[in-house]
Order: sequence, then structure tokens, then C-alpha cells
Amino acid sequence: MIDSSLSELSEALARGSVSGVELTQLCLDRIARLNGALNAFITVDPERSLREAREADARRAAGRAGPLTGIPIAHKDIYCTRGMLTTCGSRMLGNFVSPYDAHVVERFAAAGCVLLGKTNMDEFAMGSSNETSYFGPVRNPWDLARVPGGSSGGSAAAVAARMAPAATGTDTGGSIRQPAAFTGICGLKPTYGTVSRYGMVAFASSLDQGGPMARGAEDLALLMNVMAGHDARDSTSLERAPEDYSRELNSPLAGLRIGLPREYFGEGCAPEVLSRVREAIAWFESRGARLVELELPNSALALPVYYVLAPAEASSNLSRFDGVRYGHRAREYRDLAELYSRTRAEGFGAEVKRRILIGTYVLSHGYYDAYYLQAQRVRRLIARDFSEAFARCDLLMGPIAPTTAFALGENVDDPVRMYLNDIFTIPASLAGLPALSIPCGFDGAGLPVGVQLIGPHFTESRLLGAAHRYQQETDWHRRVPPQAPL
Amino acid sequence: MGKILLPFFFVAGVFPGCSMSLSPEQIERLARLARVALTPQEGDAVRRKLNRVLDLIDRMRAVDTTGVEPMSHAVEVPAGQRLRADAVTETDRHAEFQAAAPAVERGLYLVPKVIE
Repeated sequence: MIDSSLSELSEALARGSVSGVELTQLCLDRIARLNGALNAFITVDPERSLREAREADARRAAGRAGPLTGIPIAHKDIYCTRGMLTTCGSRMLGNFVSPYDAHVVERFAAAGCVLLGKTNMDEFAMGSSNETSYFGPVRNPWDLARVPGGSSGGSAAAVAARMAPAATGTDTGGSIRQPAAFTGICGLKPTYGTVSRYGMVAFASSLDQGGPMARGAEDLALLMNVMAGHDARDSTSLERAPEDYSRELNSPLAGLRIGLPREYFGEGCAPEVLSRVREAIAWFESRGARLVELELPNSALALPVYYVLAPAEASSNLSRFDGVRYGHRAREYRDLAELYSRTRAEGFGAEVKRRILIGTYVLSHGYYDAYYLQAQRVRRLIARDFSEAFARCDLLMGPIAPTTAFALGENVDDPVRMYLNDIFTIPASLAGLPALSIPCGFDGAGLPVGVQLIGPHFTESRLLGAAHRYQQETDWHRRVPPQAPL
Repeated sequence: MGKILLPFFFVAGVFPGCSMSLSPEQIERLARLARVALTPQEGDAVRRKLNRVLDLIDRMRAVDTTGVEPMSHAVEVPAGQRLRADAVTETDRHAEFQAAAPAVERGLYLVPKVIE
């Protein structure tokens, strides 16, 4: 049962072959057994989870169940949950209990999902390895000496280790896709504006986007059906008619035009990763898809552009942490200025401080045009490249990350080395495009490799359909990590 | 799995961006502006790492963007960002909101005295 996909669990609940309480208890047992080694969860509240599971079962008995009623789900600790800690992986929010629920949390609760707990993450979602969390690093269930990726590394490890059938994540520059690839699961970053950011602690508001993480593409469609949708409380939430994200799961692959950006297949990527990605692409070609070689000439600029825009927005967003209204406050200070600066010195970790300082610099007088405005202009060039590419193809494929999961500590001394992890995920983030990560094999060390599918705006269901067809004939997404045996 | 190979665009000289390096005084000023206290030892490590990041971002400065409009949002809505009606929609929950504050008295947030 613990190895079942979300779709299978949904059917089992509908048949009555398992109850929400039984399922929740299985997950809680699994968390109790594995979390010591993996550190995937920051907060678990079994009593609350079981209470919600009983409510879900009662709802089903009353004939008011939806497809996900009784399904346990883990939320990244960036989503505010009323009455439960929301730390965002930071000492700054180490004691923070939100007085309200995030829109995404509300949606899953309304669907009858059971909140299993809050997952570990890089501090304020700033990181690609989960090593910046104040609550300690998450470990990769495929190899405990390796990182699970980040920033949604706790959610990824929890799903990979079968502690939860599904989890939420957020993706600013790759934070859903890269950990999904590193742990052998699936993760979708939806089109910007599809999932409400209300109650999601802000990092870089023009890029932040919530999305689902699960073991199969079909599962992601079910989760999107719950979490996507307009919310007036997020001014960037798009007003669109509700859609069924599973509507293209069985669309044929024949005639699908797959674009291969030359820049994604260069020497910046480990040969073993490229081999697995090329094998996946060859599979699609063998099923009738057409391959189109093309270029995204400005994609090499995405990393520098991102490291202007994201820190700039972060430095502004994180100015709210002042030790006055909520969160950490320094114990000793002489005046208000010192209250602020000591609170922030103690409350933020090194990577967060670094990004605040970069953001402060690029926004400061005399540098704003040269950095921030220039970055916004180059961002448009990058987005245009994608528009031109999509005139010639239906979706793009390439690697998610240049390597498989790296060792803990391997990249902590050089921030730029760490940032390079996101060279293939950041371009789609800057353009606001939907992008999906699915497992496509393993390297020689037995570590999972992910392939990326990027589509035009609002083509989530197309990406999920292509991925589902692949997963009907492959079993990479069903492999079980050796450090989390069934 | 081997180390990350530097992608082609990191080869020196491809981008002629002028390299900026922050001095200890500039770091101190930034820390003051950002209200983040740094110890002298921290300052040095921060400066070294920040300069690495600035070298990276300098690579986009030389790109010719004449006539290109800045893109401020990932999905641009023709009507622009939506504004809500100027109406009260929230109920008074100040006690609940202030429960998360470090120091509150009679419904007010407590901070050190600013004006003598």
C-alpha cells in the first residue's frame, strides 16, 4: 500500500479497500521509522493528522468525497498552516505559528486531504541542496551521504522514501524540479500565476510558483486539479477558467514536435546525465514524436540575470523580518537600529544574508539601471527565445541539472558552484513557463537522473500527458531508494 | 559522477563585463542599509563570496538591450496587475495576529524608545 501511487490510492479509497485513517497511520509509521536518518520533516503532528483522517473518512461515508479525500499530503514548510509551525527552514521563523492558512493549504483541506506535516527546505527557499536549512540538511534516500537537492528537498525525500504519497513544493529557479530529479520522483513547476502565492512565504515574487511533487505524472495532474485556480488575494493569480489537468494523459505522441535546445546539450552537463536524457528522447522519437534541433541563444545569460532579480526581490521581501511583529527577536540591543540588525544577524543564515546584501547592492542608488533594469531587459530576451522556439515545436526537452545528486558539503564553499546546479531550470522560470521533471534512469552510482519537459504557457496538461505515456512503458518512477526499503 | 564542468559561457573572455569588486567599506555600508549586523570575521568571508557572485552577474551587463522593454513579470497580463476594490474585507483579528509578536502591550508592539 505504501508503494502505491496517488492515483492507485485514490481508487483504493473509493473502493473502500483502505481508509484514510489506515493510510495516514501507515505514513506516520514510515515517518517515525525513517525521519531520523532523512530529516525530511520539520514538524509532524500525528494527532492532528489522524483527526483529519477520521473527518475525511466520515466525509466519504456521507457520500461527499472527492478524488483525494483521505489522501495524506506533506506541505513544504514555506506554506503557512494555521495552528502549526511554519519555519521556512529559518531560525527567523523558528517559533512562528501562522494565524491563517495558505491558499494551497486551504485547497487541499477543502478536498479532504490529510496534512501529514511540514517538510524541511533550504532557508527561505534559497539553496539547491537543502544544506542551508536551520533545521539541518535533508539526506537523499538513494545515498545518505548525498543531498536531495533543494530547495524543496524535504518534500522530494519524503515522496521518494514513501513517507508521503504526495507533497507540495515551490519553485523560484528550479526548487521543485531539481530535487525531484535528484530523488527520482516527479515535480511540476506550473505556469507563473497558476497557483496562488497567498500564504506562501515570499522569496522572489516575480518568479515564485507553487507546484506538486509525487511519484507519477498522473498523480501530478490530480494534485494540480486541487491546487491550481484563481485567488483574488494574490494580485498575480491569473483569472482563467478551471481546467482538468488530466485531460491529455492519453493523448497520442505521434506527431508531437520535441525541441532540443543546443545549449542544453553542451559540455556543461555530465556525460552520464546527457546519455540518460538522450535515451528518454529516443523513446519519444520511437513512439512517433519528431525531434527539432533549435537554439535558445540567450539562455547562457539566465543565471546572471536570475542572481540579480531573485536577490533584489528577496532583499525587499525579507525586509519584513524586523523582530517586531513576528518571528525571532535578538535578546540584547541598545536601540531600535540594533534591534533590527542583531535580530536579522541572528535570525538569518549565511546564504540568506548574502542574497540580501547582493539585492541591496543591485538596487542601490547608482546601480539600479546597470543591474536591475538591465537584468529585466535581458529577461525579456530570454523569454523571446522561448516564444520563437515554440513556433517550431510543442515542447522542449533537456536535462534538469548538470549532475546527479552531489555529496553533502561538496558545493558549500563556493556559492557560484552551487548556483550552477540551476542553469537548466532557471531559463523557464524567468519566462514563467510550465516545466516538468520526471525520472529517466540512473547513473553508474545508482543515482536518479531527471529529464525536463518545458512547454508554452498553460500547457501543463500537454507535458503531463507526454510524461504519462512514457511512464506507462517505463518504471524509473517506480524504483525504490535503497535507504528507504519498503 | 564527476564534478561539474564549467559551461562554455564561463570561459573567460566570452563576456567582456567590467568586473566590480566590493571593498570592506562597501560591504559595511550594504550591511548597514540591509540592517544585518556582520562581525569583522564574517565580513571577510562575506566579501569573498559576494565578489564571486558579482563576477557572475557582471556577465549580463555588457549585453546590448537597446530598445528592449524591462520584463517585470513572468506572465504579463495585458490589463496589468489587478487592483482590488478599496473596501474593508478583513475582520479585526489583531489579538490573534499579535500573538506571534515578541513583545506586545495593550494592543501595541513594543520597541525600544526612538525619541527621548
